[in-house]
Amino acid sequence: MHELGIVLHVMKTLEDLAPEHGITSIGSVTLEIGEVSGIMYEQFTDCWNYFRKRHPLLESSELKISVLPAVTFCEDCKKTYETVRYGRICPYCGSPETYLVTGNECSIKEIEAEQQQEETETTCTS
Amino acid sequence: MAVTIELHKTVTASNDADAQALREELAHRGILLVNLMSSPGSGKTTLLSRTITDLPETSIAVLEADIDSDVDAQRIEALGAKALQLHTDGMCHVDAGMTAQGMAALGKAGCDIVFLENVGNLICPAEFDTGAHKNVMLLSVPEGDDKPLKYPLMFQKSDALVITKMDALSYFNFDLEAAKRRAMHLNPDIRIFCVSARTGEGMDAWEEWLLSCMN
Repeated sequence: MHELGIVLHVMKTLEDLAPEHGITSIGSVTLEIGEVSGIMYEQFTDCWNYFRKRHPLLESSELKISVLPAVTFCEDCKKTYETVRYGRICPYCGSPETYLVTGNECSIKEIEAEQQQEETETTCTS
Repeated sequence: MAVTIELHKTVTASNDADAQALREELAHRGILLVNLMSSPGSGKTTLLSRTITDLPETSIAVLEADIDSDVDAQRIEALGAKALQLHTDGMCHVDAGMTAQGMAALGKAGCDIVFLENVGNLICPAEFDTGAHKNVMLLSVPEGDDKPLKYPLMFQKSDALVITKMDALSYFNFDLEAAKRRAMHLNPDIRIFCVSARTGEGMDAWEEWLLSCMN
């Protein structure tokens, strides 16, 4: 269950970042996940919904997952193809000399958050 | 005020920072931390037992990570080495935070090498930096020579590959050259050692490499 570990790390990263950006609460978190990164979206979302309740900052946050397609490049014929459909062997020339170009990503793309008002703005109201 | 903030941070960013801090702290204390990864049953504890016996001059401690039980820690302690059992509580890997907790529990007493025996699993442990100075993976002969094809990331992340249970080579359909070639294809810099911890075959080269990493 590496989803559990990844969820905890994402939450820690966001909590560490919050003071620096003056964030008071997070409405949504968008992750970019490659098609062959090995992350199970449903389990990931379940873990997220379980643990967000323990973090005041993330209590009502929605998890959005943006899936990036997996593409493999063939070193012999220099063509690219869909990894999930054809695997490691190039469908054009049969070469095993291939490598993954995209599809293994796993990153926090963006968050929607509530930010503290700037101090100068709040003092203006008086 | 609602805003959208673009982050583009790796999901393990918090772990990567913890890992780097631990790596530097241990280097400062003169401790070599080796992360040992493999499938369950590939012979991690047996390799460690033999290594501890073969290197009486080197002070070795072991962090045993398992989902449950303390049988591995008991085996290591029976040899007179310090061992600490970490329970990951269902988690399939060890991360830098858990490793740092284990190191703290081992205490401030000095030792030369600490082995982190990661959870038996060829997938998830490869994705989390533990703070180790060297990543070593084991592949045992009965597992088959096709493992580099199935679990490429583990081979890419490892500094050394120890092929274990070499004494059983004649009983299995294991193509040693194919296994080496496949591992080298994924990671041209990987050091490969073929050993049998039972007969002692190949242990010299492995131990020599280990000692050279201490400098």
